[in-house]
Amino acid sequence: MAAKSPSIRALSRYLLRPQAPLHPRCRQQCYTKRYSSAVAGARLNGTVEYDTTPLLYHTSKAALANPELPEDVRRGQTKRINLYQAVNEALRHALQSDERVIVFGEDVQFGGVFRATMNLASDFGTERVFNTPLSEQGLVGFAIGAASEGMKPVAEIQFADYVYPAFDQIVNEAAKYRYMSGANQVHCGGLVVRMPTGVVGHGGLYHSQSPEALFTHIPGLHVVIPRSPTQAKGLLLSAIKSNDPVVFMEPKILYRASIEQVPVDPFYLPLDKAEVLKTGKDLTIVSYGQPLYTCSAAITAAEKDFGCSVELVDLRTIYPWDRETVLDSVKKTGRAIVVHESMQNAGVGAEVAATIQEQAFLRLEAPVKRVTGWATFTGLMFEPLIIPDVTRVYDAIKKTLDY
Amino acid sequence: MSLRSVTRRLDIRALRRPSSCPNASLSLPRIIPVWQACRNVASTPTAEKVLFPGALNSEFTNNLEFMRPSKNKAISTFRILDQYGQVLDKERGVDTTDEEALGLYQNMVRLNIMDLIMFEAQRQGRLSFYMVSTGEEGISVGSASALNPTDPVFCQYREAGVFMQRGFSLDQFMAQLFSNTDDTGRGRNMPVHYGSRELHIRTVSSTLATQLPHAAGAAYALKLQNQQNPDVEPRVAVTYFGEGAASEGDFHAALNIAATRQAPCIFICRNNGYAISTPTSDQYRGDGIASRGAGYGIDTLRVDGNDIFAVRTATREARRLALTDGGKPVLIEMMAYRVGHHSTSDDSYAYRQKVEVEDWKRRDNPITRLRKWLEERDLWNEDEERETRSQLRKDILAAFDRGEKKKKPKIRHAFDDVWENITDEQRAHVEELKDILTRYPKEYDVSQYEGGLDSLDELLEKKR
Repeated sequence: MAAKSPSIRALSRYLLRPQAPLHPRCRQQCYTKRYSSAVAGARLNGTVEYDTTPLLYHTSKAALANPELPEDVRRGQTKRINLYQAVNEALRHALQSDERVIVFGEDVQFGGVFRATMNLASDFGTERVFNTPLSEQGLVGFAIGAASEGMKPVAEIQFADYVYPAFDQIVNEAAKYRYMSGANQVHCGGLVVRMPTGVVGHGGLYHSQSPEALFTHIPGLHVVIPRSPTQAKGLLLSAIKSNDPVVFMEPKILYRASIEQVPVDPFYLPLDKAEVLKTGKDLTIVSYGQPLYTCSAAITAAEKDFGCSVELVDLRTIYPWDRETVLDSVKKTGRAIVVHESMQNAGVGAEVAATIQEQAFLRLEAPVKRVTGWATFTGLMFEPLIIPDVTRVYDAIKKTLDY
Repeated sequence: MSLRSVTRRLDIRALRRPSSCPNASLSLPRIIPVWQACRNVASTPTAEKVLFPGALNSEFTNNLEFMRPSKNKAISTFRILDQYGQVLDKERGVDTTDEEALGLYQNMVRLNIMDLIMFEAQRQGRLSFYMVSTGEEGISVGSASALNPTDPVFCQYREAGVFMQRGFSLDQFMAQLFSNTDDTGRGRNMPVHYGSRELHIRTVSSTLATQLPHAAGAAYALKLQNQQNPDVEPRVAVTYFGEGAASEGDFHAALNIAATRQAPCIFICRNNGYAISTPTSDQYRGDGIASRGAGYGIDTLRVDGNDIFAVRTATREARRLALTDGGKPVLIEMMAYRVGHHSTSDDSYAYRQKVEVEDWKRRDNPITRLRKWLEERDLWNEDEERETRSQLRKDILAAFDRGEKKKKPKIRHAFDDVWENITDEQRAHVEELKDILTRYPKEYDVSQYEGGLDSLDELLEKKR
C-alpha cells in the first residue's frame, strides 16, 4: 500500500477527465458494495448479492407475475432498471399524466445528486421541474403551500440527514393541515417529501442517518420506505396520488445496487399493506428497506444450518403500518425478530415488538428480538460494526430459535 | 456640561421609564435606544418624519416609488492587486511584509498540491471522499493570516487553508483524511471534516449554515469575556460559509441575532458561484450576499477573493470594526470561482461547460496573482517555484504514506463521547457486540482497529 508518487502531470490529466457522476453537499459516491469489515474467509458477512437475491425480479416473467399488479400491467412489458431510474420513471409518469405535479429541490434541475430527476427539467420545463435555493425549511414550506392550492408537489430533500430544518414544516404544518382547518377541509394531500436515507459504507455522521422513526411519531403522515425499483415506482405513484402528505424515504445504497425487471406501464402499490416476501413456519423477521437484503442472506444461511423455516415481512409503509399482516405471521410462527438500521431506542422495532407482545403474547415462544443500530452515531470507521449485518441477524435467528 | 453629566441625566430618565430594563448593561454607560426616547412623541400631521417604532427617521413621501434593487449599481469589489499582480494604490501598498507574502504563497501552493494528490488518491479508492479548495486558497489562507490565532473559527468545509495557515500539520491532515488512530476526530467524520481545539477551530460538520448562529453565540460569549477580562487581548469569532449556505434559515437567524446582540463576529462568505450544481441565479436574485448585510444593519464589504492582499486587509479591518463600540458583527463577501468539482462525488461538467472552467483557470487565480507580484519584486523565480513544488510534493507524499499505514482508531470510539459517560444501554450494546465479534471471529477484521477487541473491555471496565 506504499504511496507511489504519481506525476503531477498525470494528476492534472486525471483532473481534466470527466469523473463518475454523483452527488454531494459533502457527499460520497453510492458504491454498490459497502466497505466491510468482513475478512476474506467470511461465510456470512458480505454475502448480500444483489445479482441473485430472491428479493429482486431477475426475469421479466417473475416481475409480471407479481399479484399486486393489475391485469393490464401484467400483460405489458418490463425493463431492467435500478432504483433511481424507477423513481425517475414514476416522476416522469406523474408529470406526464397530471399537470398538477411539480418536482423540485436542491440540484434537481440537472438531475439531482443521485440522478433521480435526470432529464425531467428538459422534458417538462423548468416551470415544473426546478432547483430551489438551498433551504430545506423553505422548500418544504413552499411545497405545503403549493399543495394547499391543489398542486401535487414532489419535494426532494438531498439527504435525510438534512431534513431537520424542515421538521417544523413537516410536523407542525404538513401533518396537521387538514386537522387544524376543521370543517374547512383544507389539506396538503399530494405533497410528497422524498429523501435518500440509510448507510452506504462511508457516509459518516451526516450522510448515513435513518431518521424514519422520528416521522412515525407524528399522526397525519404516511412514512414509506421502498425496498426495490418495482416497489419504488409503485409506491411513489401511490404517494403522489394520496390525499395525505407522504414522507418517502429511499435507501440510497439501493439507488444503484438494486436492479430488477420493472413493468414499463404505471402501476400503484398499496400504502397500507405490508408484504410477505418469503413464507416460513418457525420465525418471522420484520424489516424494511435495505436490511431486507441482509435478512434474506441470513435466512438462507440459517435455514441451511439449522433446518428451520423463516418468514420475511417487508413493512413498506412504516406508519401507519399493517399490523394485521405482521400479527398473522407471528401468530403462525410464534417467534419474531425486527431488523432496522437506525438505533434501537424508540425505533420502529420498539413499536412492532410492543404490538406483537400486546396482541400475540400467548402465541410467543420467545421474546421479540430487535437487531438494530447501537445507541450511538454512525461513526465513519465504525459503520460495519454498528449497522446490522448478516452475522448479527443469523445469530439472532439462532438465539430466538434456541430460546 | 460634561459628557458624563449628560450620560447621567439620560440614565435617570431611562430609569423612570416603566419599560426600561433594570438588568441591562449593568457596568456599561447606559445608552437610550432611539426608539425608546421617541416612544411618547406623537407624530403630528405636519411632521416630516414617521416615528413608527419599527422604522426610525423615515421621511414621509407622497411619491409612490417601490425600491427596485435591480436598478441599483452593484456593490463594488475591493482589491489591492489587479489580475497582473500590480498594486493599484501605491500609497497604501499591500500591507504585508515580503517574508509574510512568501509564507502565504507557500501555504497556498502546499494546499493546492495536497488537493491534487488527495483528489487523485480518492479516485484510486484510497480514501472515501475529498474536497478541493482550488481557486479559493487565497480566501482561507489570507483571512486566517489576518486573524488572531486564538480567535475561534467555525468553518464550513472548504477552508482547509484556515487549518493550514494556523499550523495544522500535514500529518494531522492525513490522520483525519485516512481516519487513522491519530485523528483527533477519532475516525468518526468523513474526510475533510477537520477540527482542532488547540488551533481554536471547531470540528467541521457537513450540515450547511448550522455553524453560523454558533459563531454569533460564541462571539457574544467573547464580548462578555472581553469585558470581564480587560487585560486579555480581545477576541472575535469568525465563521465561513458559501453563498448556497446563505439561503438556509440559519444564515438569516445568525446575522440578525449577531446584530441585535452586537456580537463581535466576522461572517465570511465564499461566493464561488455554485452550490453543487445550483448557479447563483437559482440561489438568489439580490446583489450577492453582501447586499443582505445592510438589511440586518451590519457593516459589509465585498472583496476580490483572488487577491490575497485584499482578503487580508479586509479581514484585518473587519476585525478592528468588530471590536469597536463594545463589539458588532461584520460581513465580508469574498468573490471567487469554484474551479474544482464540488467534491470527489461530483462531476461538474454535467452542469457547466468545461470551457467556462478553463477560462476561469486562465483568467485569474489567487496563487498565480500573488506569484506575479512576487516575481515582479524579484522575490520568486521559476527555479524556486520548481524546487518548492517538488519539496512540498515530497513532504505531502511522505505524510500520506505515514498516515495511510496507521491503524484505525480503537473500536471503543464507536461508543464513547456520545454522552459524557457510557450509559447502561450502551454497555449492553457493547457487550452484545463484543459477544458477536468473539463468537464469529472469521466474519470480522478487528485487527485493523488499534488494540483490536481489547478496547471494548476498556470501555466496559470504565467506572459507572
